[in-house]
Amino acid sequence: MSRSNVTTPVGVAVATGALFALGLLISGMADPAKVIGFLDLGGGAWDPTLAFVMGGAILVHAPLARLIRARRAPLLGRRFHEPPRSRVDRRIVVGAAIFGIGWGLSGYCPGPALVGAAALATPALAFVGAMLVGIAAARYLTR
Amino acid sequence: MTFTSAWHGALGGALIGLAASIALLSHGRIAGISGTLGRAIERDDDGGFGFRIAFLAGMIAVGFLAYLASPAAIGAPAAGTPLLVVAGLLVGFGTTLANGCTSGHGVCGLSRGSSRSLVAVGTFMATAAITVAIARAVTA
Repeated sequence: MSRSNVTTPVGVAVATGALFALGLLISGMADPAKVIGFLDLGGGAWDPTLAFVMGGAILVHAPLARLIRARRAPLLGRRFHEPPRSRVDRRIVVGAAIFGIGWGLSGYCPGPALVGAAALATPALAFVGAMLVGIAAARYLTR
Repeated sequence: MTFTSAWHGALGGALIGLAASIALLSHGRIAGISGTLGRAIERDDDGGFGFRIAFLAGMIAVGFLAYLASPAAIGAPAAGTPLLVVAGLLVGFGTTLANGCTSGHGVCGLSRGSSRSLVAVGTFMATAAITVAIARAVTA
């Protein structure tokens, strides 16, 4: 592969990750207190911001993804990589339930945790380390 | 919440949706963070390793630059290290079992109209809200 054949896809991927993180920061979702403010329905000062974030993301992504999937192939790859599973089964319910407990305890889901850990606060770094262990454990047990 | 908070939320969300669209258009990949991380650490042999590392590096770089520019741009952790270790284990384990998190199911899956993602989002929103309610009762 020539040099430009490598640098273009890598550059686009870095920029895409950067844009994703910028969206998290602007939306306030890198702040665990705002996430917990959304999940805290009985707190008296409910913060609906997270609903605006998901709404904004879906309003943009749903129509674009439809247009993009109508193409034969992506611009820099051979094919579209579809999600691995399609059935609603017990595994997804159990997994999502466990994830929700951890999310509620911390205010961190994986994206904001990565961005938060970049500020090098020990609890955020510890969260990311433990999250990687949890991912590896689940991958090992379900392989 | 103020009007500014809602507006910033929608704008930031739109950027997240745009980033997910670019990942799909350029590399044909779903911008789900838990799956991207999991396949990166497992070195999943599907030709996506370079994309994953580059995407994650872009995320972390922006987080670090934001921190350098204004430490307050990134909110402080909401709990101490021991509790966050437990939470991290649960988040990593749960998102891997469920094949996705807030981005993979919440943004990409719901955008596709996936019933599987709808079930996942409803479930993790419910257990998260219950967890916060219990934590509030315990610490009150």
